[in-house]
Amino acid sequence: MIVVENIDKSFDTKQVLKNVSASFEEGKVNFIIGLSGSGKSVLTKCIVGLEEVDKGRVLYHDRDFTQMDHTERKEIRREIGMLFQGGALFDSLTVEQNIMFPLTMFARKSKTEMLERVNFCLERVALKDINKLFPAELSGGMKKRVGIARAIAMQPKYLFVDEPNSGLDPQTAIVIDNLIKEITYDYNITTVVVSHDMNSVMEIGDTIQFIYEGRIHWHGDRKSILNSGNKELDDFVYASEFMRIIKDKLSH
Amino acid sequence: MMVKVFSRPERRSIYLRQTFLEIDKIGVQSLGIISLLSIFMGAIITLQTAYNIDSVWIPAYTIGFTARQTIILEFSPTIICLILAGKVGSNIASELGTMRVTEQIDALEIMGVNSCGYLIFPKIVAAMFIFPFLIMISMFLGIIAGGLIGDWTGVISLADYEYGIQFDFRQFQIYYSLIKTVVFALVITSVSAYHGYYTSGGALEVGKSSTQAVVYSSVLIIVCNLIITQLLLT
Repeated sequence: MIVVENIDKSFDTKQVLKNVSASFEEGKVNFIIGLSGSGKSVLTKCIVGLEEVDKGRVLYHDRDFTQMDHTERKEIRREIGMLFQGGALFDSLTVEQNIMFPLTMFARKSKTEMLERVNFCLERVALKDINKLFPAELSGGMKKRVGIARAIAMQPKYLFVDEPNSGLDPQTAIVIDNLIKEITYDYNITTVVVSHDMNSVMEIGDTIQFIYEGRIHWHGDRKSILNSGNKELDDFVYASEFMRIIKDKLSH
Repeated sequence: MMVKVFSRPERRSIYLRQTFLEIDKIGVQSLGIISLLSIFMGAIITLQTAYNIDSVWIPAYTIGFTARQTIILEFSPTIICLILAGKVGSNIASELGTMRVTEQIDALEIMGVNSCGYLIFPKIVAAMFIFPFLIMISMFLGIIAGGLIGDWTGVISLADYEYGIQFDFRQFQIYYSLIKTVVFALVITSVSAYHGYYTSGGALEVGKSSTQAVVYSSVLIIVCNLIITQLLLT
């Protein structure tokens, strides 16, 4: 479980996060949603330590990440997997080398064991025979899946996913969503997904935090999000014609 | 940044492997351009020296002597390093800048890898190791090319040139050049890595970082050149 308590974060004079508190449950897909520029990516960066918080705490299973020194943080980070928006695969390494990278750095395993793990992770994300390809030779969906394979290579306790469906067609997006859900449930991972894709939220979201102007404006689950009665959230959820049609059908 | 660069590596074997890869990328792959420039510059230095000291009062071997001094003291260590600042420096800055804007550096940090150390340390070590070899090759090719062009054009005989390049030879001048080269290697890699590593934005900023890396490296090379020369030769 990850808990954030009273986080403030500013860049120069602009306060991006204002007293943000939230909890992300173990074995569930926890969504952070919000408009562009609302602070959801900054919140994620604060949670994983890519940005320092001005005030507040981040607790990983009651371990205060914000008070840790560099070495202690490294230990926590080895329990974290992250899928970045663009995949963030290392261009100069093949798919196999990308997935093997955290293992070669930190796992005391033989080359054969590491290769077995790489192939297992690739099978887990339904990819085969692409070990020797470079990231530039992969499609967007394949890059995301390789990114997931790399993120789970070290058997993380916590998985962060930044905009998993950006740039993907609807069918591939659902494949990626289901993959995130399966991995979360199978390995009992605390998964945090940053997104503004409502299809994704409705497909796999167990808990949802809605950020508006740097504050957690609403939180709940995917059943209650459609009838939240919160104006800002309704404006966000029913921004598309498709969602408005669903709303009409639900109300009749 | 430099504290992180020189902090204890996670896996020494991986850093060592990276260093060998960088030696190839930074050093071996620069050999072609260095050789070409050194051959032509050695020839040009000899011809210009001959043109400028065309006098019966000055012995012919002076051409060889001047060519050697110019190549060893200034052309090979300084000018070649300035060229390497353009080639290697921009490469390092753009590579790291691209990694930054595509979140590859963030990915390393999330994994618990010291990204500064993993990405920059091998480049610095590789450059400080391989640059002196490149410069020695440059000196050799420049001096040989000078002799051959002098003989071919008839401005100086090979015998006079050979005598000139051996005249009043001081080994310390080679050490001075190599010391300069090692310092320049450190300047080029660290300045370029700094500009690349701290890039923020997109493709435009990567280009800016790359340009800044070359400009700042070049200026620092010239400043360091003056300081080292003052310290070692006067």
